[in-house]
Amino acid sequence: MTTPTTSAVLPPSPLVGEGLGERGSLDSGNTVAPHSTVPLSPTLPHEGGGGKGAVLSVRNLSVALPVGADRPFAADNISFDVKAGEILCLLGESGSGKSIISFAVMGLLPDNVRVSAGEIFLGDENLLTLSPAALRGKRGDDIAMVFQEPMTALNPVMTCGDQLDELLAEHTQLSAVERKAKTLAMFEAVKLPEPDRIFTSYPHQLSGGQRQRIMIAMALILEPKLLIADEPTTALDVTTQAEVLALIKTLQRERGTAVLFITHDMGVVAEIADRVVVLQNGKQVEAGSKDQVLRQPREAYTQMLIASVPGTEPPAEGIAHDGTALLSVVGLGKTYSSGGWFQKKRTTEAAKGVSFTLHPGETVGIVGESGSGKSTVARCITRLIDPTVGDMQLGSTRLDGVSRDSLKLARKRIQIIFQDPYRSLDPRQRVGEAIIEGPLNFGVSRTSAMARARELMNLVRLSPDVLSRYPNEFSGGQRQRISIARALALDPEVLICDEAVSALDVSVQAQVLKLLEEIQSQLNLAILFITHDLRVAAQICDRVLVMQRGEVVEQGTARDVFITPKHAYTQRLLASAPGRGFEFATQHIAVP
Amino acid sequence: MNAVFKHVLKNGAVRFGLIVLSVLVILAILAPVLGTVDPAWLDAINMNQKPMTTADWTGPDNKTAPYTFLMGTDSFGRDVYSRVIYGIRVSLVVGVTVAVVSLIFGTFLGLMAGYFRRVDAILMRVMDGMMAIPGILLAIALVAAWGAKLSTVIIAIAVPEIPRVTRLVRALVLSIREEPYIEAAISVGTPTWKILLKHVLPNSVAPMVVQGTYVCASAILLEAILSFLGLGLPSEIPTWGNIMAEARVVFSSAPHNMWFPGIFLAFTVLAVNMLGDGLRDTLDPKFNKRGQK
Repeated sequence: MTTPTTSAVLPPSPLVGEGLGERGSLDSGNTVAPHSTVPLSPTLPHEGGGGKGAVLSVRNLSVALPVGADRPFAADNISFDVKAGEILCLLGESGSGKSIISFAVMGLLPDNVRVSAGEIFLGDENLLTLSPAALRGKRGDDIAMVFQEPMTALNPVMTCGDQLDELLAEHTQLSAVERKAKTLAMFEAVKLPEPDRIFTSYPHQLSGGQRQRIMIAMALILEPKLLIADEPTTALDVTTQAEVLALIKTLQRERGTAVLFITHDMGVVAEIADRVVVLQNGKQVEAGSKDQVLRQPREAYTQMLIASVPGTEPPAEGIAHDGTALLSVVGLGKTYSSGGWFQKKRTTEAAKGVSFTLHPGETVGIVGESGSGKSTVARCITRLIDPTVGDMQLGSTRLDGVSRDSLKLARKRIQIIFQDPYRSLDPRQRVGEAIIEGPLNFGVSRTSAMARARELMNLVRLSPDVLSRYPNEFSGGQRQRISIARALALDPEVLICDEAVSALDVSVQAQVLKLLEEIQSQLNLAILFITHDLRVAAQICDRVLVMQRGEVVEQGTARDVFITPKHAYTQRLLASAPGRGFEFATQHIAVP
Repeated sequence: MNAVFKHVLKNGAVRFGLIVLSVLVILAILAPVLGTVDPAWLDAINMNQKPMTTADWTGPDNKTAPYTFLMGTDSFGRDVYSRVIYGIRVSLVVGVTVAVVSLIFGTFLGLMAGYFRRVDAILMRVMDGMMAIPGILLAIALVAAWGAKLSTVIIAIAVPEIPRVTRLVRALVLSIREEPYIEAAISVGTPTWKILLKHVLPNSVAPMVVQGTYVCASAILLEAILSFLGLGLPSEIPTWGNIMAEARVVFSSAPHNMWFPGIFLAFTVLAVNMLGDGLRDTLDPKFNKRGQK
């Protein structure tokens, strides 16, 4: 609307030249001919219609939301091209309309949402004027899609081999033997180990990364012209993410596939994109090459987004926190056992031998991938679960092996903030009631608890007037602020943040981190910060513990761990952080 | 809460159910003034009259006056219209009471089983055992032991429903228990009973209300079946089931005796079920999309 549509089309610039060189060199070694016969020239002027050389050309696309939604258009006057052999990233925070655009291209919009204006060209054909049957033919053959959550996108009762076989049987004339050979070759191409075993495996028998490789194999086996990848690595661990990103990039270069890559993660954009379209609230904010958008952003929104990306290196030497530890954990372990009477007994060590100390005013980070045991440690300390072994001491109070009653007093001093802002507040409880619930449990009168709640709302930058509302009236970031207010209502000494900013958009994440840091300095809080996000940990933590498979493999000051990692796993983690080494435009905001 | 009501009332099925049920409730309450006569009074002269027949009717006070039998009379000369209208009372009382009783017990047991693992193991085996008792057999036993009374019928129908409600509530509690807001409540020191009352229960109310309507509908049907089988209330108290049971004998000559209570029964159950479906569509997030259309 406000952005001229031509901004999607790159003006010839020296920065794009680099991209051309890269693509040109790849073209020469290419066995698969690119679908477009037009030379891949970024200097080519784009006209209306198909946009020559573009596999996908979206022109002035508007997608209308049903009456009564928070805004009239999910996507408003969006225009961009994706050329063969190129990766275009649609970058936006939640609610930016980036997924709606991909659904519009696939012709999979929900019933109550419709395209109200514009054109979507695949080659020379306008997808919006095709019959449903013709569009179905396009999907799979010409356009394929990879989704965020591979477990739900694969059919759980079919073997992986059968799922690809079905696709080939439907779309090609190949014989059963040829189909199997092609499927196995594809499994090999996506670097799945033991293709024969994978062929007969069900999705639940594979890891998340392997499942996503199956999805990619399914998407690419019919050699589509266009691949739409909707947050394909968001649900994956950082090391797996790095592998999958590299795989998508390699396959796409080899096959000359055009990729429309949807993501909220600036690091991923830095890693994979050729060109970027930035979206905000359904509007196109800025478009250009990766280098131009990420290094010389023109629009204020893009600049703000990029400034919100935490850097991978700790900003400065943290203050050393000596003296008596507030919280000390020695040899903490948690073993789960299953089975028993009828099954073979199996034990899983979720955490073992975890030891660390936490001082007032200090932030200690626990980083690790899913299943590393970092959340188990947090839940043991808060005694939401009972540790199997280990000593935990808060000041002079023991936390382990004590009765529930004495635990109640200790609980008051340790508060926890959870990851999912949509599930950590009771949907049937007014936020004011949620905040005063703790103080009421400890005998504070209702009036003074409410007065304190109003103060806390000011502290977390929310209006005290909204205390009588229900959680569904708030955004994710606001809910997380309410969760912080609830935790602070008991005047805790230790605050545990269990992935507390991981579900938030990057700009909101920066605000919440800033808020936490301010509160910490005001109240001299000790913070145990649990995260999988190395960038966040690098910015906020004084000391860091790296966990892998339940054990602490490395611990030290943030600078030591992030700049000179000693353990191989830490090194691998750091090397996998997307966009590492990419110089973003402006100075990173200094969070601590 | 007001907004929830408005949202629910937008649903057509809910409106239909509520309108039909309100009409039935009004009919049941106003039964004595709707031109009815004593539903249990036998008048040997007017046996098996066809609907809309006008004839002289002698009442309990020995006065004789012309009376129009809207739905005819049965083989004992009782007015079917009066019996059907009074029968609404029994059906509604049984349906609502059974729903309330089984919801109260089922919710309590379900909360216990869902939240406390140790209780769960024992309680659910007891519930499994209860579900293995055939409902009709239980009714025969109870009627034999305590006599054919309204309370006996209610207990006979409610007892087999309790395990079903318990299972539903337990399943709800099992999933709610894992929500982070429950862990948040634990970590601010909220005692367990308060967590159950203030967090778990309010979040399981919507599916329970829906289940309540299904229990109500099946209780109305079951009561009719029990009465039809002669295991329910004695025929001095008119119920749709025992009207139909008596009509069965003369079905070929006087089918109206069967039709009228049958139609009322079908409409009542339909209305309750539609109310339940509508509530599920509007209250259950999984069906919300359909409900909004």
